Amino acid sequence: MSVEKKLFTLSLLVQDVPGVLSQVSRLFSRKGYNIESIASGESNQPNVTRITIVILGDELMVNQIAAQCRKLLPVMAVKILDNANSIQREFALIKVKAEDRGTRDEIIQMANIFRANIIDLSRETLTVASFGDQEKTDALVELLQDFGVLEIVRTGTIALERGRNTIYDDNKLKEEYNYGKNVL
Amino acid sequence: MKIRATKAIMECLLEQEVDVIFGYPGGTILNLYDELYHYQDKITHILTAHEQGASHAADGYARATGKVGVCFATSGPGATNLTTGIATAYMDSSPVVFITCNVSESLLGRDSFQEVDITGIAMPITKATYLVSDPKEIPNVMRQAFAVAATGRPGPVLIDFLKNVTAPTEEIEYEFIPWNQNRSCDSIQAYSNHHDLKAPKPNLDDIDTLVDMIRASERPLVMCGGGVVRGRADKQFMEFATKMDCPVAITIMGGGGFPGDHPHTTGMVGMHGTEASNQAVADCDLLIAVGCRFSDRVALNTSTFARQAKIVHIDIDRSEIDKNILTDHHIVGSAKRVLGLLNERMDQSNHPEWLNKILSLKVDTVVEDDAILTPKQVLDVIHRAVPHNTVVATDVGQHQMWSVQHFHFSYPGQLLTSGGFGTMGFGLGAAIGAQMGNPDKVVIHTTGDGCFRMNCHELSTVQHYNLPIITVIFNNGTLGMVRQWQNLIYDKRFSSTTLDRGPDFVKLAQAYGLKGIRVTNRQEMEAAMVEALKGDCGCVIDAVIDTDAMVTPMVAAGSQITNFLLK
Repeated sequence: MSVEKKLFTLSLLVQDVPGVLSQVSRLFSRKGYNIESIASGESNQPNVTRITIVILGDELMVNQIAAQCRKLLPVMAVKILDNANSIQREFALIKVKAEDRGTRDEIIQMANIFRANIIDLSRETLTVASFGDQEKTDALVELLQDFGVLEIVRTGTIALERGRNTIYDDNKLKEEYNYGKNVL
Repeated sequence: MKIRATKAIMECLLEQEVDVIFGYPGGTILNLYDELYHYQDKITHILTAHEQGASHAADGYARATGKVGVCFATSGPGATNLTTGIATAYMDSSPVVFITCNVSESLLGRDSFQEVDITGIAMPITKATYLVSDPKEIPNVMRQAFAVAATGRPGPVLIDFLKNVTAPTEEIEYEFIPWNQNRSCDSIQAYSNHHDLKAPKPNLDDIDTLVDMIRASERPLVMCGGGVVRGRADKQFMEFATKMDCPVAITIMGGGGFPGDHPHTTGMVGMHGTEASNQAVADCDLLIAVGCRFSDRVALNTSTFARQAKIVHIDIDRSEIDKNILTDHHIVGSAKRVLGLLNERMDQSNHPEWLNKILSLKVDTVVEDDAILTPKQVLDVIHRAVPHNTVVATDVGQHQMWSVQHFHFSYPGQLLTSGGFGTMGFGLGAAIGAQMGNPDKVVIHTTGDGCFRMNCHELSTVQHYNLPIITVIFNNGTLGMVRQWQNLIYDKRFSSTTLDRGPDFVKLAQAYGLKGIRVTNRQEMEAAMVEALKGDCGCVIDAVIDTDAMVTPMVAAGSQITNFLLK
């Protein structure tokens, strides 16, 4: 039983009903856990939302929270994705101070190395758009701090499993949770 | 056909065969109560003294009858007064539909008079909450709410109607569909499609694995939990236990799932469990727990619990598996279906030596003939006086443990007790609900002086509806269970537990128009029961017992299950 804390990525498929996000996030706060990032958006099914949550915790606790998530009526599926078998990306916008040409050039070069784009420019600022995993954003932000970062916005991680596997795959676990939801 | 929105709500209740509602009116729910006025020949409304009483009554009704209880309350304080009742129902998986009304849409979210976000508040303590802002949603929401409350692992559901939804001018398209035919209504259908629900079947491989485990076991133990009671799986459980031929321990919520006087019953398990039950847990090599969740009052110490055993968990709720105790095998499914399938597949086992070893630890209850009245004497007198099918509702604390230890429950719904949430003040409301659901049965409400004070205003409900409920107060002038801990663990520092204060419960009962009798010895108790059982009106028996009477046996919280603090 490992009590070591590390980052976990939970992928959820939920019905798009009012309150579903607070119902899900409540399960984390209830255990005194802080959500590192949460990203929510449409899925490929109508009225179904895909949520990706990154959480710092120990395995047993995360499994338990996942179990309680699965039990919620609007929650259709939950998968804990591990780093090895999933691709994880986030998008970030970073507004940096750049008041002279030299600074601007340097930031643009740096952005190029990170394959980030400059998407807004003014006499005093540059806005860098970066796309990658969390560590990449962290590294870029760290370097840009030297010029003075005015503000940052990050989408939070979104993730998908590698290969043929999807969250829709049937498995025994899913069946077992659905047993408790049956209203027929 | 187009009908009034509020009429549709009433018709939806009739679809579900609801004939009694517990509740309390108020400003925002007026429209609903106005409609109820037209339905008074079909739906009986029980007006309680407080919304909390109504919530416990609806819960007690659901537990006692197995049907879905219904409770009405108004917005704001009316709704928040329900919350203790909702949480109580949630923790013990009792199917209740709570219906509240909120302010009108135009006033919503503006901190209007008596406005509260009750769907938000109730979220952690319900299976589902619905905020209805469109009258057209009424039939779908009502049907889904009842289906959700009653199916799977049962539990409370809350529907909050905005006041404008219930306006007399609102009309909706409505067609009456009885509950057993409405499974195809839009909302339930959509919901089922979303979850890809098919006819659910417990996994047969899992069942076969368990059959093999049973065959290999020499010292099996079966635990009967609340799931057997909620799922009304007592017959299947009896067959299963008979085939197992092994000791059967019962959790507090399992009371009534297996006959308490069956020779193989070892009694309650856990903190106040019997030596036989707790020793069986420690010694068994296979523990099959049916519909229980290994709470901290049963599995006091999770690392030493059933250490020698393979633990098998049968539960309808997958999230209970490996939550409190890591198990070796599990089967997800309703107790009724899983046990039914198991019974078909397993052979008759025989474990005479193991059974003898455990059953020899059983101690017969000896009722001393003391001069002062003891809790056991009180219970013994009640037990001898009442019919076998008497329903017992308890509050929480020492009297609860004494009652559960002493009475032998024989069918689901006979014991109504707040086992999970431990709600003081639950009993009287629950007894009212139980009596409404079982007009022909005797309903006994056991309570302590602390608990009784919490919701004793419901005596007015008992009196008004002429319910012959017998309340027995184990009056020790203290918060007994807390005092017991203070006695044993806190070096007799009785901090704020002494209840040396009024009211005089006899006079209180009389003030409410009920019989009130004080008893101080066995003879008086016997006479009081004769008087109470006349059944002409409710009765309060104030049984004066010793302040330092304790619940035995007792294992301290967090200890190994056989490490008795008191025997």
